Amino acid sequence: MRAISRPLPFLLSIPAALIFVIFLLLPLLGTLILSLQDFSLATGIRPVYELANYVEIFSDSYFFDIFARTARIAVFTTLVTIVIGAPEALILMRMKAPWRGIFLLVALGPLLISVVSRSLGWALLLGGNGMINQALMSMGLIERPIQMMYTEFGVVIAMSHVLMPFMIIAVMTTLQRLNPQVENASHSLGAGSFTTFWRVILPQMLPGIMTGAILVFAMAASAFATPQIIGGRRLKVIATLVYDEFLFSLNWPLGAALAMLLFAVVIVVAIGLNRVAEGYFARMYK
Amino acid sequence: MSPVTKADNTPSASFLAIDGLTKTYNKVTVVDRFALEVEEGEFVSLLGPSGCGKTTTLQMLGGFVDPSAGSIRLEGRDLIAAPPSKRGLGMVFQSYALFPHMTAAQNIAYGLEVRKVPRAERDERVRQALDLVGLGAYGDRYPRRMSGGQQQRVALARALVIRPRVLLLDEPLSNLDANLREEMQIELRRIQQTTGTTTILVTHDQTEAMALSDRIVLMRAGRIEQIGGPEAVYARPANSFVARFLGKTNLFPGTVGADGRSISIGSHVFAAPAAATPGATIVAVRPEKLGFGEGGIRGVVRNRVFQGTQWLVELDTEHGPAIVQRQNLGAVPPAIGEATGLVFEPDAVHLMAPEADK
Repeated sequence: MRAISRPLPFLLSIPAALIFVIFLLLPLLGTLILSLQDFSLATGIRPVYELANYVEIFSDSYFFDIFARTARIAVFTTLVTIVIGAPEALILMRMKAPWRGIFLLVALGPLLISVVSRSLGWALLLGGNGMINQALMSMGLIERPIQMMYTEFGVVIAMSHVLMPFMIIAVMTTLQRLNPQVENASHSLGAGSFTTFWRVILPQMLPGIMTGAILVFAMAASAFATPQIIGGRRLKVIATLVYDEFLFSLNWPLGAALAMLLFAVVIVVAIGLNRVAEGYFARMYK
Repeated sequence: MSPVTKADNTPSASFLAIDGLTKTYNKVTVVDRFALEVEEGEFVSLLGPSGCGKTTTLQMLGGFVDPSAGSIRLEGRDLIAAPPSKRGLGMVFQSYALFPHMTAAQNIAYGLEVRKVPRAERDERVRQALDLVGLGAYGDRYPRRMSGGQQQRVALARALVIRPRVLLLDEPLSNLDANLREEMQIELRRIQQTTGTTTILVTHDQTEAMALSDRIVLMRAGRIEQIGGPEAVYARPANSFVARFLGKTNLFPGTVGADGRSISIGSHVFAAPAAATPGATIVAVRPEKLGFGEGGIRGVVRNRVFQGTQWLVELDTEHGPAIVQRQNLGAVPPAIGEATGLVFEPDAVHLMAPEADK
């Protein structure tokens, strides 16, 4: 009960708490309330409190397909960032000055450019007349353009690029904690490079890979700009669907219910992954 | 791998033969023609201040640094051509370098698993190794849950369980507190004598080197200054650097008489312990071999410290500062400001050539 006799820490945390409440909790609460209300073109939004929107979402396979697509894109994007980002972080950590700084900038540089510009860039590359198709056709590898725009494949490629820096940063953070002598210890005990990587380096990278996976999954599942640009109007994900409900169908309550469900899925996955990771790694780092 | 010049291709008779070992980084020579022969079962310490090249030498033995020149032969086999994983040496790192995601037993088993030792034998050897270092009950602990001393023991067991031909220790005790360090010194010596493993220890702690080693290799600025048993190096240091580095010492400028049989420090003249070369010399006397009395070298007490088992007295003498260590047998040494004479037995002195004093 000493805390009560010392009010200063509480007073000092009020500004941050206010920002948190005003800009995060209140809008979330507003969305939750909105999601319970009813809408029709004739009546507009009616202030009732019922679960009709949620029932509609769960009973219509149209919504299920979009949820499944969103999950698929998020999972594959996460996998691609792990497969490319984790080794990239390892290589970056082993570079010497000045190369490490230069390539770190190259790897993280995309963060400096707006997601919209980067996604439009990918649209130029992936399009039917885009650079990739033209290059493949001029080499004679394919006869007609491969459809990459407006496909999940294209969205995963572009989104992996957009979110790669988060995986790299997360993995690099754990690699910085790694005792460089541990690798030498493994060699001195008779292990070659492959065994050393598989049994000594990789297990110690896992916490970073898990953190990166949580970050990337959450951002990929709720991404808007990239799916909107690469996926187009036909290939909807939850975020673009919510946008359409709000702006075109004007069905704000349904959009709010979709947003709440997306929020719930992301929170459950993130907390679940975090639980697994913490239980598994607590013994190493506590 | 760097070009290596072999000074001698004939297999040496000794167990471990290091010759002409040199490491140069950007024209700076860190280790300069290091040569040492080690017998099987011997415990040798590389001792010196930081930057003397002792750690680089150990890393060249372990295979983590490529030598610029020189040869390392173990039982006649050239080690330099072999990667670290094929040298069959055990190494204990300063930071212990335990695998944090493995328990103590898994850490120790790792080297045996890599060697594909059958399961039953592996479990038995891991158990023996844990017992050897006194951690029989701690096999299931993760390193983070162990104290520094326990981690140290796991690292030692992990290096020994593969039955290395040579055990390399890189300042293994430097991260432990003073009491634990002393305990581990005794422990380390016991374990080394039990297993009979040839051991090379790198340290900057002279007490540690003297307590553990059969022989000490004193290094400074990449070169070997002296090699010898702890008592011999302590009693007969090759030069003032060695004398100062291995414990405290008093150095007085002196002259050996024309007959080579007498030595004078200022007006104090005494018989030479052995025939000496006439001319200028440096007389080294250890602080515990100096006493207070009439005559001898005149001095005034500047400081006096009581340390329980002993007194430490600092003096200003006519020939520079001096330090005296007297065991606390009841007699109280002269007080601060008091004038006294410093006396010693003639055979307590060690003579060093002045030019050796760089």
